[in-house]
Amino acid sequence: MIVALSAALLLAGALVWTSFGSATEATTPSQALRTPPGRSIQITGKVVPGSIGHEGRALRFRVRDRNGTTSVPVVYSGAVPDPFRDGREVIVSGTMRDGTFVGQRDSLVTKCPSKFQSKPGGKTL
Amino acid sequence: MTGAVGDACLVVGLGAALYAVGAAVYGARSGRREYVTSARRAMYCLAGLLTIAMVMLESAYLRTDLSYKLVAQNSSTDTPTFYKLTAMWSSQEGSLLLWAFLLSVYSSVVLFVTRRKLREIVPWATAVLGVVASFFLSLMVLRGQDPFAILATRPAQGNGLEPLLRHPAMAVHPPMLYSGYVGFSIPFAFAIGALITRRTGADWIRSTRRFALVAWTFLGCGILLGALWSYSELGWGGYWAWDAVENASLMPWLLGTAFIHSVMVQEKRGMLKLWNAALILATFTAALIGTFLVRSGILDSIHAFGASTLGVPFLIFIGIVAIGSAGLLISRRESLRSEGRLDSLLSREAFFLLNNLVLVTLCLVIFWGTFFPLISEALTGTKRSFGPPLFDRWTVPLALVLVLLAGVGPLLTWRRATSLPRAFGWPVAFAAAALLAMLVATPAAGSIRSLIMFTLVAFVLAVVVQEFTRGARARRLMGDESWPAAARSLVVRNRRRYGGYMVHAGMAILFLGVAASSGFHAQRDAQLRAGQSAKIDGYTVTYRRPTAAILADRAGTGAPVSLGAVLDVRKGDRHWVMRPSRNYYEATDGSGGAFGRFFTGESTSETDVRWGLGGDVWTAVQPDTSRLMHPITVANSKFSSAPPQMQAVVLAALVESYRRNPPPATFRVVVSPMIVWIWIGGGVVLLGSLTALWPAAEARRRRAASLAAARLGRELSRA
Repeated sequence: MIVALSAALLLAGALVWTSFGSATEATTPSQALRTPPGRSIQITGKVVPGSIGHEGRALRFRVRDRNGTTSVPVVYSGAVPDPFRDGREVIVSGTMRDGTFVGQRDSLVTKCPSKFQSKPGGKTL
Repeated sequence: MTGAVGDACLVVGLGAALYAVGAAVYGARSGRREYVTSARRAMYCLAGLLTIAMVMLESAYLRTDLSYKLVAQNSSTDTPTFYKLTAMWSSQEGSLLLWAFLLSVYSSVVLFVTRRKLREIVPWATAVLGVVASFFLSLMVLRGQDPFAILATRPAQGNGLEPLLRHPAMAVHPPMLYSGYVGFSIPFAFAIGALITRRTGADWIRSTRRFALVAWTFLGCGILLGALWSYSELGWGGYWAWDAVENASLMPWLLGTAFIHSVMVQEKRGMLKLWNAALILATFTAALIGTFLVRSGILDSIHAFGASTLGVPFLIFIGIVAIGSAGLLISRRESLRSEGRLDSLLSREAFFLLNNLVLVTLCLVIFWGTFFPLISEALTGTKRSFGPPLFDRWTVPLALVLVLLAGVGPLLTWRRATSLPRAFGWPVAFAAAALLAMLVATPAAGSIRSLIMFTLVAFVLAVVVQEFTRGARARRLMGDESWPAAARSLVVRNRRRYGGYMVHAGMAILFLGVAASSGFHAQRDAQLRAGQSAKIDGYTVTYRRPTAAILADRAGTGAPVSLGAVLDVRKGDRHWVMRPSRNYYEATDGSGGAFGRFFTGESTSETDVRWGLGGDVWTAVQPDTSRLMHPITVANSKFSSAPPQMQAVVLAALVESYRRNPPPATFRVVVSPMIVWIWIGGGVVLLGSLTALWPAAEARRRRAASLAAARLGRELSRA
């Protein structure tokens, strides 16, 4: 019993330790702008409408705070999820470099659009 | 009209559910059986009412009656009929109705089956089921989640079903998942009943273990269908991403797996009573959390369907269930004392316990990782995400141990294992031989984790084959049966045991697919002009020509525009053609103008997968539509007010211009070895659990015999 309990405690400790050690920080675009370059972070925000452009194989767009106007430019290459569009909420992992957020390959996540949550009588209705 | 009927069904249903709670509790306390019977009938009545409500709502979807808010929000006249029917559960209100409907059906079945059994426990179980049903119904009736809400003005056209959900696997995935979540409410309710009445023997388990197994099977199928959808519909080429919502469905499944193993220990040895009760209470809580996570949006997930209004009541309900369960367990700990004790660590019960510990640890790790963003924000002020690499680091070793246990468990006997060399000899030798063969003849040594997994899989499969042949040989010795007949009668006479072994084999095969595809997959993104080629893992992929279609996408989802590519894939002498494409759906927010709206709306990858037992080639294309933007602007300004037929011609010309003069397109090609075995393994698991679920022939015969005896008795007494 004591062996089992101490093993469980040890495992739990290791889990807490590794998760705080290697989990990436999740930030908003405005926090990202203040993050020192090179630190691995994850930003969550909305794609600024009209900001999406291509540069060779890389995708360029800006992500702004969920509630706010501060935005950060993003360079990203890799898989682009289907729902990726203007105004969509996205999550990207990467690092800041010269004021630009360089996304990690294939780390872009786009939230599913929430059609059924749109206000009753939305634009087409 | 049907809306009013539907609403009435929900209101009367809520009344019936509340009445069932009251009558069942009164009946249990006063000992008046007729009230308990009445409560049971109220639950039948609820199932009837909710069936009518389901039919009403589905018929509204089928007719595309756009005066319904729900129909207008996630269906439309041009949504294909099959997806009209499945659009219901893409909405929150529809999902709630489905949940309540499934619950009422499950409840009715279990109450019918147990109508002459477990007289003390059943009333309380009825009350618990009534409370759960009342909660879901009151969300619909009182919290404004009305599936039958009518719009003030009927729109001309609906939004249509979210294009990403237009996939056969996704169409049946939610009902499967919900059947799993809801199914666990049955053993949960009986466990509560058993705890309240202090009848904590194995009776409640015997009456509900089939339901637990049904729920487990549904949940597992639902998870695998979700994985299949992710692999073949979402254009990233994987099937599992440790997303919050995926994890939410896996947690109750893991706890349920632990439960269906550990109840055997209670049935056989009268041990682990407290553990079993705690497990099923936790499983149901996890199932509620699963339903809640999808709908609440508190965690970042690709599935988070926006901020929901259901967060608070759901959280309160989960809190009540969790705290109430824990309190009940503590107050009844005296009656949960174990009847037996562990004789030896080398016994089947000890390994069941070990397997339970691993499964629960796995579930706790996933729980921690899923909620880590919230935990870290609460503790340190900064939100951190756990991420797939961390999940892999923690779950892979646990999964390896789990597969090892799946092999060892069946080889040990209850109480104390004897003659270990006889049990382990062949399987261990086979696994060792497989390991050696892989090292010599295959590149499997490239990934140590995968190599270990392959070896363990070989071990589990050898164990299952050995158990089947030993059993069949014993039958052959007893009677004069052929091998197939002996194997068949072996399974028929002992469905639960051999069904279980089949499940083990299926899981081993599934893990074979997981290990091979994650350890040795190759992926390449390439931008190609027509005629150019890219090489990946020995395959040469050539972009032959673009394709363009109007209202004729290959998957039949009803997409207005579909742009794609014809690829030649060649490896050695083998070559074939693949046709990935991308579907474009009209924007529903009015952006883009008369023609641009076809390109500013949703678009979905329609991947093309060449399935193969040895490995898959998976392709997706991202056409570059930027060159179309100029002609679209021109068309918007010239033909916006043209008649519809004319507009169709212009759109066709626009799409044709893409086909004639294609810009370079971006392709993703993924080669995944043996990935299809994940779903083949899933099929074997399904077969195994159906085998275990099938009523035993023996039991049927016994029932028939007892009926005959009763008839004889009656006739004799009359004579």
